[in-house]
Amino acid sequence: MNKKIVTIALGAALSLSASAALADTLEDVQAKGYLQCGVTPSTPGFASPDENNNWSGIDVDYCRAMAAAIFDDPEAVRFTPLTSKERFTALSSGEIDVLSRTTTWTMSRDTNLGISFTGVMFYDGQGFMVPKDLGVNSALELSDAAVCIESGTTTELNAADYFATNGMNYNPVVFEDQDEVVKAYDDGRCDVFTTDSSALAAERFSLADPDAHKILPQIISKEPLGPSVRQGDDLWFNISRWVYFALLEAEEYGVNQANVDEMLGSENPSVRRLLGVEGEFGSYVGLPGDWAYRVIKHVGNYADVYERNVTPIGIERAGSLNDLWTRGGLQYSPPIR
Amino acid sequence: MAKSQEQLHERRSLSSLIYDPQFRSYAFQILLLLVLVGFGWWIVQNTVTNLQAQNKTTGFDFLSNTAGFDIGFSLVPYSRESTYLEVFYVGILNTLLVAITGIVLATLLGFVLGIARLSSNWIIARLATIYIEIIRNIPLLLQLFFWYFAVLKSMPSVRSSLELVGGAVFLNNRGLYLPNPNANSAFLWVQIAIALVLVGGFFLQRWSIRRVELTGERFPYIPVFLVLLIVVPTVTWFVSGAEWNITYPELNRFNFQGGIQLPPEFVALLFGLVIYTAAFIGETVRAGIVSVSSGQTEAAQSLGLKNNDRLNLVVIPQAMRVIVPPLTSQYLNLTKNSSLAVAIGYPDIVNVFMGTALNQSGKAIEVIFMTMMVYLTLSLLTSMIMNWYNARIALTER
Ligand SMILES: N[C@@H](CCC(=O)N[C@@H](CS)C(=O)NCC(=O)O)C(=O)O
Repeated sequence: MNKKIVTIALGAALSLSASAALADTLEDVQAKGYLQCGVTPSTPGFASPDENNNWSGIDVDYCRAMAAAIFDDPEAVRFTPLTSKERFTALSSGEIDVLSRTTTWTMSRDTNLGISFTGVMFYDGQGFMVPKDLGVNSALELSDAAVCIESGTTTELNAADYFATNGMNYNPVVFEDQDEVVKAYDDGRCDVFTTDSSALAAERFSLADPDAHKILPQIISKEPLGPSVRQGDDLWFNISRWVYFALLEAEEYGVNQANVDEMLGSENPSVRRLLGVEGEFGSYVGLPGDWAYRVIKHVGNYADVYERNVTPIGIERAGSLNDLWTRGGLQYSPPIR
Repeated sequence: MAKSQEQLHERRSLSSLIYDPQFRSYAFQILLLLVLVGFGWWIVQNTVTNLQAQNKTTGFDFLSNTAGFDIGFSLVPYSRESTYLEVFYVGILNTLLVAITGIVLATLLGFVLGIARLSSNWIIARLATIYIEIIRNIPLLLQLFFWYFAVLKSMPSVRSSLELVGGAVFLNNRGLYLPNPNANSAFLWVQIAIALVLVGGFFLQRWSIRRVELTGERFPYIPVFLVLLIVVPTVTWFVSGAEWNITYPELNRFNFQGGIQLPPEFVALLFGLVIYTAAFIGETVRAGIVSVSSGQTEAAQSLGLKNNDRLNLVVIPQAMRVIVPPLTSQYLNLTKNSSLAVAIGYPDIVNVFMGTALNQSGKAIEVIFMTMMVYLTLSLLTSMIMNWYNARIALTER
């Protein structure tokens, strides 16, 4: 862990040495030839590496989409696995260019931490998991329980709020690594494991006996998870934000990875603007006209990304907050015009 | 002609200035100082500009803000409404708790190991050697993981806890639960009695040593002291009407409540630190004892000193002079190594303050600075105390 201290100290030192004039992240990234993207070490559905170190997940695909827009190459991205604790220092020190790591958009992070959120890739909420044999059916029965939590998260803060407002005591058992949290829970150190409910669903399958555990019905918080960038670089902020919107805009107008080439011939002006056939929207974000075409060609639209990554971990999209606004969900893009 | 001679003279004095060792050493030191100050100034400038570019504020005002998170183990009252400053205190106290207990236990175990390694009993000496060689050569972090995860896994669950001492003590994978012996206010008298006996014992020892020196007659001050230590407080206990008010740990729906609870994170960290550091202290102690040449023992023998006196008056004082300086570094190591707590979730200062509080408040530079100051202060304090002790036992030349 002394290594961690060194990393943080180095991070702090780096934030000193990168001079303020270097706020042109796009130029830096283009000069490097790749995008450096901070992700979770391993959360199935969001970001996890396979045995050949190929990463997958929606957080990963978002970074690939950015790389596609900038380089026309979804592989021009390197991933930095970060714990919850390390992530913000890594971003503000310049170690990574974009943070796409199951990170909740909150006011303090969006303002006081010197970073800006650019969109909501996944609307989530915090839940609880318990062993079935405890006989607990509601989070309100958890008074005096030992609760396993990852440190440096909103999870920690929400749990404190929830137990305090419901007049319950609890014993927080806090680790810095999700792996350790899961292991400690599996070993019976805690009665309860709490985190974002999507991750809870995914982590259940990494337990020794998934069927012996259940997720309680209560969702105790709003966790809009999305990418963020350093404050003070408006162009980079716009790129990050509009790459996300392009994923949604494409889905709304029926442009997907399979049909994007056909769609180049579409008569629909919205599609023509999105794909750069009409207008020069790319130049507004310092990119070529076909920036969004590249994103859809290489990575797909939001539905493609969701089905590829989140559907397999068993989280239904239809009827959820993550459905497109046209079907009653919250995923909504301002028009490209 | 005269002019050129003057020039020559001037040049000579300039070159002699360059070759003048005193001038050179000053010049280089001033140069180095300028470079350092310049570097420091540049760093501060850059930090401020960069933080401003990211719209970040600096300063220590955040310390009075509500922290908003809970801490699982704290020696002082703490809740989510406490401030970051209180997080800082909780962290320092938890670090001190594990460091001080660790230093005491590691010293005891270390002295036993060091003496055992020199034992004439082959098995004891071998066992001590094996212990030291194994423990010294495995990284501490791995040992901590072992103590935490391997041992935690082998413990019974809450509902099938091990009952010890007739149901007063419980051991399970949530920790060790002991009865809490709360005494009533009359217990203060007992504490005063103990303190008096301790002070009295100190004077008794000085008096009896002086007596030996003057008259050669021995006074058995150790047994007398021990008897007093038991009798006086016991009598005070009954006379003052002190009473125990013991609370026992009790199982409710999920966990044991009441009594004293030692979380496994604390126990594992303490075990890991003590067992690891004791191996090094053992070697220090052995080196100290071996460093006293056998001629000293023989000389003491020929003076007719008894076995105990030979150790107490001749060997140990000389060995301590060799032992104390490296012992100090071991104490410093133990304190600093306690920051590995973060790996197994014990809420020490690095975990709760430099970890969680830093992350939640975003004040990296301020928090890291404060944490460094804590370790610096602890280290300097330890060094100061040990140096004072070292000076006391140092060779006094007559
Ligand atoms: N959304 C919360 C929690 C983020 C978080 O820690 N997520 C967990 C599970 S969703 C994670 O990614 N853990 C992976 C790891 O740290 O290894 C936040 O932003 O503070």
